[in-house]
Amino acid sequence: MNQVSRARPYLNPYLAGTLLGIVLFLAFFITGSGLGASGGLNRLLVYVQNAVNPEHIDQVAYLLKMAGGNSNPLDSWIVFLTIGTVFGGLISGLLGRRMKFETNKGPQISNGTRWFLAFIGGALMGYGARLARGCTSGQALSGGAVLSVGSWAFMFAVFAGAYALAYFFRKCWN
Amino acid sequence: MANFPLPLADLFGHWGSYVVYAVIGIAFGMTLESAGFGNSKLLAAQFYFKDMRVFKVMFTAIIVAMTLIFLSSALGLLDYNLIWVPPTYLWPGIVGGLIMGVGFIIGGFCPGTSLVGLATGKLDAFAFVFGVLFGIYMFGETVGSFATFFDSSFMGRFTLPELFNTSYGLIVFVIVVAALMIFVLAEKVEAMVNDRPQQKLPGWSKPAAGALVALAAVVLVIGQPSSEDRWQVVADESLARLDERAVQISSAEFLKYRDDTKIKIIPLDVREERYYNQFHLRGAVHVPLDQVQAKAKELQFEPANTVFVTISNDETAATEAWKILRAESVPNIYILEGGINGWLKSYAGDSLGEENRVYNRQEDQLAYKFKSATGSRHPAAEPSPDHLDLDYEPKVILELKRAPTSGGCG
Repeated sequence: MNQVSRARPYLNPYLAGTLLGIVLFLAFFITGSGLGASGGLNRLLVYVQNAVNPEHIDQVAYLLKMAGGNSNPLDSWIVFLTIGTVFGGLISGLLGRRMKFETNKGPQISNGTRWFLAFIGGALMGYGARLARGCTSGQALSGGAVLSVGSWAFMFAVFAGAYALAYFFRKCWN
Repeated sequence: MANFPLPLADLFGHWGSYVVYAVIGIAFGMTLESAGFGNSKLLAAQFYFKDMRVFKVMFTAIIVAMTLIFLSSALGLLDYNLIWVPPTYLWPGIVGGLIMGVGFIIGGFCPGTSLVGLATGKLDAFAFVFGVLFGIYMFGETVGSFATFFDSSFMGRFTLPELFNTSYGLIVFVIVVAALMIFVLAEKVEAMVNDRPQQKLPGWSKPAAGALVALAAVVLVIGQPSSEDRWQVVADESLARLDERAVQISSAEFLKYRDDTKIKIIPLDVREERYYNQFHLRGAVHVPLDQVQAKAKELQFEPANTVFVTISNDETAATEAWKILRAESVPNIYILEGGINGWLKSYAGDSLGEENRVYNRQEDQLAYKFKSATGSRHPAAEPSPDHLDLDYEPKVILELKRAPTSGGCG
């Protein structure tokens, strides 16, 4: 694990982007759907909720669609795509010798603060992704490539939201 | 076009097809990680103009995938109608996007990148993923209180070329050129902000950019398949099925599916409005022939167990509508055998006598006169089950190959 000194550098962003574009194209070409991430996490969560408290699922229309009655929330391609994504990250991290338990942050905040902010940011991301019916992968990347108007509007909104508040959080990162 | 998208479930079985998705996921995760997206500090640097990696990777991916998708579509290798285009819910999308942008700068990841961060041991990614799960949970609990907003400003499958009323080729070309120009700008901004000379781009970058522009130009020149082109692809097979009368379903079969809770049947009445007003089947959707083309997109969103039945007075207009929908890749379309005239003959025997008959009528005209616009209030609009003559040759075969009804975030 402690091999960060020999960690290989990240790919040139344009090369990485080209590879990502080819993967995205193949996803569309083979399956007709694009890529995604938040949908898989959503279904994993619903699976756990269904195991813990199935009555609750049946009372919430939004959850009912995925896990009502006998339907298995894990019986969806997006779940397998998501699991694959984690393994892909693991493989690439091993090949690039970039596996390391660490916390990435600016020097002015503690690890604890960073974790707390990561949780808050994640919660906002999760909430926003459900509201927008997609995350940066499913909406911005996939929807952008197939020219959906909503996806492009969404994409600009994400960048706008982040740039608008970047100044106030500069100490977290710099 | 015939083999798009690949019938994965037929090839590998229901769960077996998921292996394909897992492999695609692995490729996705590998590219994200090797792009540096497992590192939140590197992602956040985007928003201080220090390292515009997020922007570069994302837009490179979009222009490469977009060009390949529309090139394949232009060459007839892929059917754009069967591609999942996230439907536009404008305001929920924008508000959700703003919230996500805020989440991005606070949390340092987006859901996809946090997964590869987690996979490579980044502790802040662990915290982030738990946050995402909590956010999703909170959404499920609260969405009921703003359901109206969540479903507002729905525009369906709405694309940029439709918004700007121009061709797909032109939009693809403009986006590719604009993105490349913005990349040049991004390099300058990075150099300025970091107070260093501009980074030297690898030798392949200019030829690669040139090749992409050339491909986009090819997309622009070839253009996307017209309705006529699309029809030509399916014409032979479709005409044969029409000749064999394999798609003309009897009224008895129609009535059987109408009462079948497993099948959603949508009758599409393609006649002129005056005919529709005089008499139509209960539940029939009025789509005049000249609007069928535009309606096709909407029909793609119906669930997989939907059967569409085109209806005219005889079969002429219904057959035209059937051809249009076939060319647009709408699955499970059938024609009502004998049309409304045949229907009335079977089910309106008592109420429409000899004095109502129209003689010397032309093809596809209504064979009966109605004194008033009875619409679907006429008893024959919904024959009682006693009328059901169960003897018929079943023709409907549910075809499950259709446009995906959910995308990556479903």
